[in-house]
Amino acid sequence: MMRRLLVMVIFCFIAPGTWAIDTDKAFDDPVLQARYDKLIAEVRCVTCQNNNIKDSNAFVATDLRREIRRMIGEGKTDAEVVDFLVTRYGDFVLYRPRTSGKMLLLWIAPFIFLVFGVVAIVRVIRHRAALPINEALDSKGASK
Amino acid sequence: MTRYVWPLIAVIVILPIFWLGLSDGRNVNELQSQYIGKPAPEFDLPTLKDPLKRLSNKDLTGQVSLVNIWATWCSGCRAEHGFLMELFREGNIPIYAINWRDNRPAALGWLDQLGDPYVASGFDEDARVGIDWGVYGAPETFLINPEGQVVYRHAGPLNPTVWAGEFLPRIEGMSQ
Repeated sequence: MMRRLLVMVIFCFIAPGTWAIDTDKAFDDPVLQARYDKLIAEVRCVTCQNNNIKDSNAFVATDLRREIRRMIGEGKTDAEVVDFLVTRYGDFVLYRPRTSGKMLLLWIAPFIFLVFGVVAIVRVIRHRAALPINEALDSKGASK
Repeated sequence: MTRYVWPLIAVIVILPIFWLGLSDGRNVNELQSQYIGKPAPEFDLPTLKDPLKRLSNKDLTGQVSLVNIWATWCSGCRAEHGFLMELFREGNIPIYAINWRDNRPAALGWLDQLGDPYVASGFDEDARVGIDWGVYGAPETFLINPEGQVVYRHAGPLNPTVWAGEFLPRIEGMSQ
């Protein structure tokens, strides 16, 4: 009993997950490292969908970190790296999806609805303003 | 009466959009392959059994075929292996494979022990092809048409229900 408890406590402290992920610096150049850090924080781990690949040690996350490291090392731009990922895994792989195609509709739809709403309100107000009761209260100039 | 016309039209327009968006009954955690209707991603791998032979997407044309992503560390692969053997014995569809992130002796041992349903397994040791195919967890099974295009991708173990529900109708659709 004690031994089992001890083992459990030890496992709590060594928390294998914390040292399983390759947190070593990927690049000596701080600019490249910053781009790498930013990219892996914004790419979803598709295996474990509420993690980014920075925090995940799933095989696919490990592989994607490796691919991103390779592409940055080869001098690819961030846009090219993102293209590579989206071609294979879709927009879903990005935590900040690109504003294009279907995404664009999502972004502008609220504003379209806003326009509808404003039009509706204006119409209602005009309609109310034209009601007879207003004419009675404001006998002159109501028709203007 | 006319004051209800515009809201009514708005509802009539919006409802079908919501309906289409919500009713296709798919599991939101299940990702659609990005290659549906497109040529299978290019690959060229040494085969598992003979490193001198190659398996590439050129092998996937000319007939309807399956590409199964598997590995010995993958419990779902063990679960579906019996069913793959069944498909193999029926002999109606060739099954190609990509052995993903595995080691060769373990993979060969697995096939010795459980049977080999595959025409050939490509050996993707460094997991580049897995990424190119958009794999997000083994097992996955891709249905490929005679033109070498991806028709469907199933993530998770194959079983008779999935086979009858998702694969057979698509295969029949192709042969017409």
